[in-house]
Amino acid sequence: MTTTTTVLSARPSFVETFQRLRLGPYLFVLGVAAIDYVVIGPNQFVNALTIGAIYALVALGYTMVYGIIELINFAHGDVFMVGAFTSMFVLTQALGQDGPIDSPGMLAVVLFINFTITMIALGILGAAIERFAYRPLRHAPRLAPLITAIGVSFILQNIIQIIYGPSPINTPQVIDPAARVEIGGVSIGVVNIFTIVTAVLLMIALQMLVSRTKIGRAMRSTASDRDAAQLMGVDINRTIAITFFIGSALAGAAGVVQGLYFGNIQFTLGFQAGLKAFTAAVLGGIGNITGAALGGFVIGFVEVTAGALGFFVWGQAAVFAVLIITLVFRPSGLLGQQLGERT
Amino acid sequence: MTAANTKLSRTPAGGPGLRGRLSDLSSRHRSIAVIVGMSLVALVLPLIVLLPPFSSFSGQTVWMDGFTIAGIYVLLALGLNVVVGLAGLLDLGYAAFFAIGAYTYALAASPFTGWDLPFWPMLLVGAVVAAIFGILLGAPTLRLRGDYLAIVTLGFGEIVPIVILNSSKYTDGPNGIGGISPPTLLDTRFPTTGNPWPFYLTMLVLIILSMIFIYRLQDSRLGRAWMAIREDELAAAANGVNTVVTKLLAFAIGASTAGLAGVFLASKLQTVTPNLFRFDVSFTVLAMVVLGGMGNVWGVAVGAFIIFMIQSVFLKQLNIFFNNVQVPILSDIDFLQYQFLLYGIALVAMMLLRPEGLFPSRRRRRELHTEEDEVFAEHGDAMGAAPE
Repeated sequence: MTTTTTVLSARPSFVETFQRLRLGPYLFVLGVAAIDYVVIGPNQFVNALTIGAIYALVALGYTMVYGIIELINFAHGDVFMVGAFTSMFVLTQALGQDGPIDSPGMLAVVLFINFTITMIALGILGAAIERFAYRPLRHAPRLAPLITAIGVSFILQNIIQIIYGPSPINTPQVIDPAARVEIGGVSIGVVNIFTIVTAVLLMIALQMLVSRTKIGRAMRSTASDRDAAQLMGVDINRTIAITFFIGSALAGAAGVVQGLYFGNIQFTLGFQAGLKAFTAAVLGGIGNITGAALGGFVIGFVEVTAGALGFFVWGQAAVFAVLIITLVFRPSGLLGQQLGERT
Repeated sequence: MTAANTKLSRTPAGGPGLRGRLSDLSSRHRSIAVIVGMSLVALVLPLIVLLPPFSSFSGQTVWMDGFTIAGIYVLLALGLNVVVGLAGLLDLGYAAFFAIGAYTYALAASPFTGWDLPFWPMLLVGAVVAAIFGILLGAPTLRLRGDYLAIVTLGFGEIVPIVILNSSKYTDGPNGIGGISPPTLLDTRFPTTGNPWPFYLTMLVLIILSMIFIYRLQDSRLGRAWMAIREDELAAAANGVNTVVTKLLAFAIGASTAGLAGVFLASKLQTVTPNLFRFDVSFTVLAMVVLGGMGNVWGVAVGAFIIFMIQSVFLKQLNIFFNNVQVPILSDIDFLQYQFLLYGIALVAMMLLRPEGLFPSRRRRRELHTEEDEVFAEHGDAMGAAPE
């Protein structure tokens, strides 16, 4: 993590090579995971990974939006919640499902349709929120978009509450929650594996998109200097809209797996998940995509460990403590660059 | 800055004629204006509710109890206005400080602990305790960008009710604390039912004192520093404003006002439960400040009062009305359910269309509109009152 600038020998020592790789944050997360594995046992560990994967997907949206327009998108947690409800709607109304599907082929088709529709619908929702609530305020005082963001968050929550009512409702678990496979002597739920694999695949896809494609380059250049990017011919509005689209689509995917994994959803879901995912984004270094993914898993560990040790009700408080500790001791997060602290 | 300010107050800002002279007078003798204005309002309200449309809803006593609770929200909005309106920091967990104030008094004067400390000094103690929590929360976060404060306060507002709910040993958890003593004055206890005047007048005094206090602060060196930070933190720091201490003070003063309101609430209701301090409260108060006009003390107070009355009286009456008249679709709608949806829409709409609020402060309006006219492209607003 500390950069060495002094010795420029022909052959860097082992320590130097090690430092250049900047593995510290990754080792930290691995260390947390290893200790956690010992403390909570394999079953809870898988549980933590699964929840962490969901938080990580949501955290990506926070970090992307913050990276590009430096706005904490308070509505993002609620976009995730709308994703869970959209997925439920697609499964029950459009596809007529109400429980586990036995045939693997059928299951794959249902999941594929569900993911596609939900992610596209949520992407459009996210881009629309940006278009109507944030874009007009891009040059307004900082406070203004934050206030519209919190307003949008409440609008989404209340629309869902009015449509589906205030109590939790069941959503079909098309992957049989009882189905388990044995891996290395540990019995793991199929739905856990599915969640973790989906999340990791989506993260890899996002990383490729951002680092390899033209639109990814446009996003990175807009994030680093909006005016310069514009002068180089980047369509800023389009790039920001696409960023919102992708972030919200990922939140939609997280909503789908949330429904599959937990089996019931509620309109308040987004508020707490949003807070945790934001903590994950800050912990990883806000604006940094890999960081958000790592942070999501760490938050999963923190929450599940608090629960496993018998402090279930304090899980939320523990996550909040992580947020405060990060802000006090390392505001740039695990992987973040030093942020300008003002302006 | 000082030169601009003196020039500002000499020009008849309210315009020519009687109205201009009145508004000029009131801005020169603000404290007296506050006392006179608030007393007039407080006198007129109990009389208005004796007149037809209002008197049919409920009796004067019930109305005045409602006004007293509305006063609590006015107090909260005044405090949040210091944080959001003057210093430009977004506090989304304001209800937490309200809860801290309320539980401070609840623990100090209830059978739950067996103590019975007097109300009046506890008002101050509640405010100080809330301010201490504000400083503890603000110190790590205010060094960072303002956005972090928003999310940290959001988290804090979420955590405090959870902590209260789960520390049954100290707070009796979800049951809340009951039997809290009402205030006593000259050896007589405030009546908890029947005569609403003692609580009503106490609330009035609290609001008047807070308004004067906040007006004086706003016109002080500290108030100017807050507004400088709000407009451009970097420029303020470059001009010698200690931004961390200044922001911390705004945050602490906002928190202490909420603590004050909390102590009053506990003594008024005689019970407190964690459910009274959920995120809804923070959000409602924020909507009050934004709609009333961030930065304008009077505007925020009026905004808070009107919104409280709309949510507690108007929407309820609308339900009753449509139920009685049996209008096909409207009678099926529960308007109370739409309350927060309306706030959400109002927040977004206000920011997009009229960011200065319904009753804007003079300075704020000018800033926002110079910016709109793009006289000063990006940082023109940083100079505050300069364009004239």
